[in-house]
Amino acid sequence: MTTNSPSKVHVTTTINGQQHELLVPPYMSLLDTLRELIGLTGTKEGCLDGNCGACTVSVDGRIVDSCLVLGAEVNGKNVNTVEGMATPEGLHPLQQAFLEEAALQCGICTPGFLVAAKGLLDNEPSPSEGRIRHWLAGNLCRCTGYDKIVRAVQKAID
Amino acid sequence: MHPFAYVAPSTVAEAVAVLDEHGDRARPLAGGTDLLVKARANVWELDAVVDIKNIPELMNLSVGSDGLSIGAGVPCYQVYDNSEIAAEYPGIVDGASIIGGIQIQSRAGLGGNLCNAAPSGDGICPLIVHSAVAKISGPSGDREVALEDFSTGPSRTVLGKGELLVSIEVPKPAANSGAAYTRFIPRNEMDIAVAGVGVFVQLDSSGQNFESARIALASVGPTPILASAAGDSLVGKPVNDETIAAAAALAKEAATPITDMRGTVDQRKQLVEVLTGRMIKQAVERARG
Repeated sequence: MTTNSPSKVHVTTTINGQQHELLVPPYMSLLDTLRELIGLTGTKEGCLDGNCGACTVSVDGRIVDSCLVLGAEVNGKNVNTVEGMATPEGLHPLQQAFLEEAALQCGICTPGFLVAAKGLLDNEPSPSEGRIRHWLAGNLCRCTGYDKIVRAVQKAID
Repeated sequence: MHPFAYVAPSTVAEAVAVLDEHGDRARPLAGGTDLLVKARANVWELDAVVDIKNIPELMNLSVGSDGLSIGAGVPCYQVYDNSEIAAEYPGIVDGASIIGGIQIQSRAGLGGNLCNAAPSGDGICPLIVHSAVAKISGPSGDREVALEDFSTGPSRTVLGKGELLVSIEVPKPAANSGAAYTRFIPRNEMDIAVAGVGVFVQLDSSGQNFESARIALASVGPTPILASAAGDSLVGKPVNDETIAAAAALAKEAATPITDMRGTVDQRKQLVEVLTGRMIKQAVERARG
């Protein structure tokens, strides 16, 4: 750290429908902002360079790798994380389908896959298997071999 | 990561002033998909990042009778989701839609791809073959640079101290023209080109002869390469297997690759020849409509 630490950035943002006012260190990623400042630890850190998709969240309806976004950049934006998927009435259909299809083992990649898959189904209600695989190419899973994940997304469509 | 300040100016002049003040210790932030990786790895030690996404000119995307204008901060998905661009500039869409995965394409754009200056940048060759021009603003005024001259080496560009890429201007394609880009990677998605080839062709009104052609090569030299001799060889020639094979052979000669973890010199040169032939044929198909 330098002696002249750059000043924090005032950020007003909506996260999972709730407004937050934050003072964010200017070099802090959105991933760390969510996990460290707000305590939303559902979003996972994987590779920290945009290859694995474990940190996927949606910003204004577009999925992004939150490790490659600064917290300072989401001022005035709508952020949605895995914590925003379930409702008091129950799990999101994708979450339920992931459970039923056993689309996870260790679970580290799961929040990213869920948010990414939701980003697809919110805009395209019935994508083909090829489209699902293409859309999820930015998410890595070392346990399942992907077939179970793709089947779970297909199940959520039904 | 060295702690940097975050500034988000709303005008080009303010952005240029901050970049000029800090020199190499400040960088423009568009999608951040290269910048934040390099800052985190301490490849770049930055005192300031200049978020350019609040500057209207840098977020402008317009397509019309005078061509296509792509603001430096426009993300890839806005380019490939635009049906007019997809119809008139399919080669540019070919490149924009294979950079990273969906998450990356939400943020990364062609301007950043150009400024990051990786020889493998999939967005650059399609712009080169379209004779696109970079609009640059800096402390001593504005200038324009042809895309093929923008990169001067791996991660190096013509941008001087305080200079900022504002937009990429692509002329409206002539009648009976078409373009295409592809790359070779060992997987289906999310990889860096072993070799890539972009082609633009303009045919005569019969669709049987080449009037002009431009061919550009990715990942086979220190910068994207405009293979002028290969493109020029097609001018005035009929569209057939021999003329296409001759141009592909010249493209192979223009490639100056290295051997690294992604491929060998021989493999890359071979790829350039094969992909050039394929892309000329695809560009011809598109030109014929």
